Amino acid sequence: MAVQTPTRTGTTEPQPTRQPPRNGPPWTEKWGGLFFVAPFGVLFAFFLLWPTFSGLWNSFFNTSLAGVQQEFLGLANWREMFGDPAVWDSLQNTLVFTAMSTPPLVIIALVMALLANRKGLLGWFLRFSYFAPFVMPATVVTLIWVWIYQPGFGLVNGLLTAGGSAEIDWLNTENRAMLAVVITTVWWTVGFNFLLYLAALQGIPDQVYEAAAIDGASGRQQLFRITLPLMSRTTGLIVVLQLVASLKIFDQIYLMTDGGPNYATRPIIQYIYENGFTSYRIGYASAISYMFFLVIVIVSIAQFRLFGGRKEAN
Amino acid sequence: MPHAAPPPPPGRPTRRTLLAGALGLAGATTLTGCGTFSRDARVREWNLFGGGDGARLLQIHDKFVAEHKDIAFEAYTLAWGPPFYTKLAMSAAGGRAPEVATLHLSRLKGFSPTTMLDPIPVDLLAKAGITEQDFIPDTWSRCQVDGQLYAVPLDSHPFVLYYNTEICQQAGLLGPDGRIKTVKGVDAFLDMLRAVKEVTGKFGASVETTNPWRLWWTLYGQLEGKFFDESGTQLIIDDAKAIEALELMAKLAADGLTPKSSDYPSLVAQFTNGDAGLSFNGEWEVTTYQTAKMPFSMAPFPVVYDVPKFAGDAHTFVMPHQADRSTKDTEATVEYIAWMLKNSAEWAAGGHIPAYQPVVASPEYLNLKPQAEYRSVAPDVLFDPDAWFSGSGAQLQNEAGAAFSGVYAGRMTPKAALDQFKAATRKLLDTPSPV
Repeated sequence: MAVQTPTRTGTTEPQPTRQPPRNGPPWTEKWGGLFFVAPFGVLFAFFLLWPTFSGLWNSFFNTSLAGVQQEFLGLANWREMFGDPAVWDSLQNTLVFTAMSTPPLVIIALVMALLANRKGLLGWFLRFSYFAPFVMPATVVTLIWVWIYQPGFGLVNGLLTAGGSAEIDWLNTENRAMLAVVITTVWWTVGFNFLLYLAALQGIPDQVYEAAAIDGASGRQQLFRITLPLMSRTTGLIVVLQLVASLKIFDQIYLMTDGGPNYATRPIIQYIYENGFTSYRIGYASAISYMFFLVIVIVSIAQFRLFGGRKEAN
Repeated sequence: MPHAAPPPPPGRPTRRTLLAGALGLAGATTLTGCGTFSRDARVREWNLFGGGDGARLLQIHDKFVAEHKDIAFEAYTLAWGPPFYTKLAMSAAGGRAPEVATLHLSRLKGFSPTTMLDPIPVDLLAKAGITEQDFIPDTWSRCQVDGQLYAVPLDSHPFVLYYNTEICQQAGLLGPDGRIKTVKGVDAFLDMLRAVKEVTGKFGASVETTNPWRLWWTLYGQLEGKFFDESGTQLIIDDAKAIEALELMAKLAADGLTPKSSDYPSLVAQFTNGDAGLSFNGEWEVTTYQTAKMPFSMAPFPVVYDVPKFAGDAHTFVMPHQADRSTKDTEATVEYIAWMLKNSAEWAAGGHIPAYQPVVASPEYLNLKPQAEYRSVAPDVLFDPDAWFSGSGAQLQNEAGAAFSGVYAGRMTPKAALDQFKAATRKLLDTPSPV
């Protein structure tokens, strides 16, 4: 196979494992599709394949953004990473954020979809208001929420003091800052999951409910015996997408707390950014990136296993 | 650069041909992008002035453009700190940087001048009327690396004392000339803050607890504390002095003389709305308070301990590395730098003390009130420690912020905060330098 000489006509060489090409479609039809995917193929190779491999390559060098001569380090970056507590602290922050944000982002989206899946003006209004925050950019969202959390004149602390409790300096208190970021994130991004659930709800045929109603199923039984099981594949999809999105947390935290107070919210991507760009240590940052890449792959595989198992059970 | 591209799948040669063709095309486009056409000299400037000083810079630039019709001038303001330095570093690493950029003097050595900056042609600078004699010798020597000049200082910006004249009048802190009476020593310093707190009913001074480096570095410097040894490889921080400075900061917050938690916008707001009658900050907010039309003036930060030292830094102009720098552009760039220095009295109106000494001596600058009130501190500006991870907005300041902000909030004891900061600094020292 490897030494097979390509020919422009492409019809002379017999290929052992494929259909005999002699009487097949002409060359343009057979290979023409390549030209259509070529623009994407080039971009893919340039902006994904090449950076992916050069990242792995860089992780074995002391590559510096400053452009000084680079030397081969072997596994030194990787060894440094395993002994660097900041890596594991920030990875833990990312995992804590994921664990805190994923359940509400799935459950609240489901509840909102059930509420908004109705006709008429109210349904329209609910759909609009649930999805609206999602279209805002991260900078706007964080600006709004930093003011909401502000001690002294912020909305949340205003409500707290009106209710007779003490003010909380949300973004500057170590065990409150992450919660504050999670609340902001849920408000901001739940709209997307809501939309997926809404589409799934609208895909369930009415006859199923009619049949159930004739059999005397209550609304509660319909919800738990029909709606939720029929949406299990959507739930699986949402959980996968949400886990990956939460693991990639950076924007909100960088803009709201800058990883503080005292690094209590710094996610691993911010630590990678600080090493690679603020400190110019591209080599070391690449090593951490690859470790984090493996974590995401493992989480995704585990999730697919769970999801696949459930599908067989159905 | 050698990189492992996956071999094309056998039997699909056209992809390889296509890829090669596309790469060639991309290369050709890049080349034409670099080509020089006959045109006016071009000066693109990147700066990090987003505050009151940035607004003033725009006015000065308008004047420069009006006086230099033959130079195509474009200025870009980028977000201060890591975002600015990241972008500048990447543009210089790629050799496609702007002609000129601002840079904090404390970051010069950490910015890998030999690879990311081009040396400033001293002969051209002299032709434009700027020579070594025009600067404080220490400032000039800091701009040199390996015998080459890599930066031209524009100003210096120390940590100063802002005071609300009405509040301080009521607190009895003003002298007969209407200026704040100079205080010296810890007790007098605390008395001053208590007197102001009496009047405001809230705080004495507004501080930035999320970035406590400047106040700590000022106090520690006034105690004559050292940071690195001569070789720059050993941390020789004096625990007793460092803790004394931290304890004073903790006391300020605990006694309610300063807020326990306050970010930069709050620091500005608390001084503007009179919650605090004093403010400890760099001198660059003068335009903000003038625009707010509030009664205020400025003075050197008090000498709380033994010697006058004031945390600060200097803005400089640098020429980031370009792969093919044109002579014409370089001449125009040097002309820009020289013009900016000669017109830095206008820049000084934004608060910064000019580095160019002929301007410092000019009546135009001396008549600026309150900007000329603290000019005496210029020789006592205390730069950040010398290391690749140090300087304005660099990692060392972040580590100090993480550790010391807990001292204000009462979350951490001074000792624990110092231990954390020292451990973080040692870790940075142990990290192989990327520059």
